[in-house]
Amino acid sequence: MDRRGFLKTTLVAGTAALAGDDLGALELRHPEEFVGVLVDTTRCIGCRACEVACGETHDLFVPDVINDGALATPRKTSERQYTVVNKYETEQGDIFVKRQCMHCHQAACATACPTEAMHKTLKGPVTWDGDKCIGCRFCMISCPFDVPKFEYNEWNPKLVKCTMCFERQEKGLKPACVSACPTDALQFGVQVDNLEIARHRIYAHPDKYVHQIYGEHEAGGTGWLYLSAVPFDQIGFRTDLGRTPYPEYTREFLYAVPAILFGVPAFLLGLNALADHDKPTGGMGSEFLTGDEEAER
Amino acid sequence: MNTNVATAGEFNRIVRFLIHELKPRGPWLTTFNVISIPVIVAGLVILCFRFIYGLGSVTNLTQEHPWGLWLGFDVVTGVALAGGAYVITFVVYVMRVDKYQSIVRITVLNGLLAYMFYGGALLFDLGRPWNAMNPFIGNSFGFASVLFLICWHFALYMVAAFVEFSPVIAEWLNLEKARKFLKSLALGTVILGVTLSLLHQSGLGALFLMAMPKIHPLWWSQFTPVLFFVSSIYAGLSMIIFEGTVSHGVFKNLLTPKGHHSFDDMVFGLAKGAAITMFVYYVFKALLFIHEKQWDLINTSWGYWYLLEVLGFVLVPAFMFAFGHKHRSLNIIKTAAVIALLGVILNRLNVSIICFQWYEPVRYYPSWQEITVTLMVIFSEIWIFRWVVTRMPVFSSEH
Repeated sequence: MDRRGFLKTTLVAGTAALAGDDLGALELRHPEEFVGVLVDTTRCIGCRACEVACGETHDLFVPDVINDGALATPRKTSERQYTVVNKYETEQGDIFVKRQCMHCHQAACATACPTEAMHKTLKGPVTWDGDKCIGCRFCMISCPFDVPKFEYNEWNPKLVKCTMCFERQEKGLKPACVSACPTDALQFGVQVDNLEIARHRIYAHPDKYVHQIYGEHEAGGTGWLYLSAVPFDQIGFRTDLGRTPYPEYTREFLYAVPAILFGVPAFLLGLNALADHDKPTGGMGSEFLTGDEEAER
Repeated sequence: MNTNVATAGEFNRIVRFLIHELKPRGPWLTTFNVISIPVIVAGLVILCFRFIYGLGSVTNLTQEHPWGLWLGFDVVTGVALAGGAYVITFVVYVMRVDKYQSIVRITVLNGLLAYMFYGGALLFDLGRPWNAMNPFIGNSFGFASVLFLICWHFALYMVAAFVEFSPVIAEWLNLEKARKFLKSLALGTVILGVTLSLLHQSGLGALFLMAMPKIHPLWWSQFTPVLFFVSSIYAGLSMIIFEGTVSHGVFKNLLTPKGHHSFDDMVFGLAKGAAITMFVYYVFKALLFIHEKQWDLINTSWGYWYLLEVLGFVLVPAFMFAFGHKHRSLNIIKTAAVIALLGVILNRLNVSIICFQWYEPVRYYPSWQEITVTLMVIFSEIWIFRWVVTRMPVFSSEH
């Protein structure tokens, strides 16, 4: 068994132990792969049924999509909404883009978290555990997509972000937004399948799509993938995030820690031994001699 | 039986002594008291609001700026300014340089109090402080987290600094056996303290590594941890000069003339150390700038701000330290120390607050409540500092 195979088996075993029989309920072809969602922005009609379904499922703010005119200006997700749909006027006409947590494969927020309250589950969703969270907001500092939001006006604040409906997935259900989407703009599945579908659509309609799948490489790869008819920087995506998984940026520093923690004391003890013991230390010097040396005096 | 009686007698003596020492001394109506007491009371009231109505009720923090003055100044900057303790204990205990012995106690006390108060200020900023023990207990260790590392190192360093200072407490309580034992731990705790300082001073810089796309490129570098460590050395040295100068003015009556004289000699040595460290820091900054090919960023308002920090608040005080050391000018050195400290404050605030989300149209400015609580932290620390130095043998190294 090669290393990758071994890791996969271990992951499957771990996942199975955690999730019981629920894995089968989704009938996933690759149960060991991360799940995610493919967003085809050319299919989105901006109905915001996903926003409503999300709010209702998670007991959050439910927007009045008919009357609130919220599409006029691009919004960010907030402490009351896991997901928002924005409208962008482009040369290809109005394009609607649903935004939420990207569920990075190597999540900066989960790496940043000192208590593992932000947690990358083995199935893919990044979840938050209020019993562990200390509210330091380091996840907000680290997230390249600026996703986690904080309840500043609560005595007992939560870190708020999309959970990819982890609880629903455990019951064998798709995320609420995916179930609510009337145009199949959202496609739930495992990452490899979603990538295959996305590539197939680009190959089949090379003039309809830009030849990039946002999320395939961004920040080391994300669980949510996007297809678009226009370059992604025109529809509110950052294209300067790089392909490096964000935890890589602190890895070198953390690797140095054990070396310093054991190397430096050894070095300093040696240095101290080399420092001149016999130097006459008059007056105040006696304060810093060891007990034995003091006795000799 | 006899030993029990003796121990009980000793215990009673210490309790009576403590009650006696806890009583305030000196005049009440001093300028410092008149200013600090209202600020501390106001700060406590603000903290009540903060814990009832949430951080948003007293701070200007937003979703774009999750860390503000309490994190950026109290913790990130405060810890850098407390770097003097590990530098001076390294020089005196590890390198055995006797010259600086008489300032070891006061510097360690300053470092210990700074960590207790500025690290402690983190608790106001945490959204769920009742979970603050989680990084230390239970199965929620975020081993891959830089902040997890810093939490542990803060805690361990406070223990190390307390043990380093504890012989003074034993001497104050007149516990000779305990003093001898605690003093024998000195070298070990100093080496532990230096190692932990090296890691958490640089670790504070590593906090911002993953924020790469959100920090202005002139202030983000893969080498920020090294820059934070090197600047903490001269920040600590400058702070010793600054605090020493203030203490020698305020607590003149506690000093022996001999101690006063040797402080000036020490300042010259500290200035030389600060000058060298600052030049190293400056060269490193310049190399990073050239290596990253950032020339086109300079002719912008952010570029001028960067030049002000690196030239005006690093290179200028570095030359002033060198000049002051060569020409034996205490005034130039003390001015340089103040400029260098402002430079470190500026650098830490730039990285943690000012240049964070620099492209966002809405900027973060601290609210008056945040400033008041920060002043409350500083003033309370000075209260405790004053209480300790007027009672314990901090300014003397003899016993």
